[in-house]
Amino acid sequence: MIGAFFSVVTAIGLIRLPDLYTRTHAASKSATLGVMCILIGTLIFFLTEDGMFNSRIVLGIFFVLITAPVGGHLIARAAYNMGVKPAPETVVDDLADKEKHEKAKSRK
Amino acid sequence: MLTIAIYIALVGVAASMIGIVIRVVKGPSAADRVVALDSLGISLIAMTGLFSMLLDSSVFLEVILLLGILAFIGTVAFSKYLEKGAIVDRERHK
Repeated sequence: MIGAFFSVVTAIGLIRLPDLYTRTHAASKSATLGVMCILIGTLIFFLTEDGMFNSRIVLGIFFVLITAPVGGHLIARAAYNMGVKPAPETVVDDLADKEKHEKAKSRK
Repeated sequence: MLTIAIYIALVGVAASMIGIVIRVVKGPSAADRVVALDSLGISLIAMTGLFSMLLDSSVFLEVILLLGILAFIGTVAFSKYLEKGAIVDRERHK
């Protein structure tokens, strides 16, 4: 139930949020948490129903926990290097300033 | 009681998958679609877990692990493609 709630929050975030970076934020975090809640529920279900401890679910939980934020990070960085602009409300863009600075330094 | 909870959770995950598909269809950039497809795979993991609870069988649990690995590899491959234009680099030293 909790996991399904977080999945719904993920979908709402994916539809509503203005640009790619905030959407990545919504997708990677709340989807990870939702899936982890559902998988922990599955683990407890099989533990109580059949009395067997299922190591594959534990492996799945850890794998999702490790890889989903890494995937979000990779895709956000790829999008930044592609030149996707953030939302117009953005105030600070440190990475662009840094790149401009390095370009100026290399020209000297 | 538990079956009702599982059904409600299934409906919720299915609704979220529909929302993610909307984002895949109308996403303005390619990276948007990749993010949406990644979370679609992750919610497919959730669906598999819920279905294995519903059918009371533990034969689908390899599918969970496999889908997690495949979603991660697909995301990494797509982000490398979007960033450099090639998935596997030829030149090691640049």
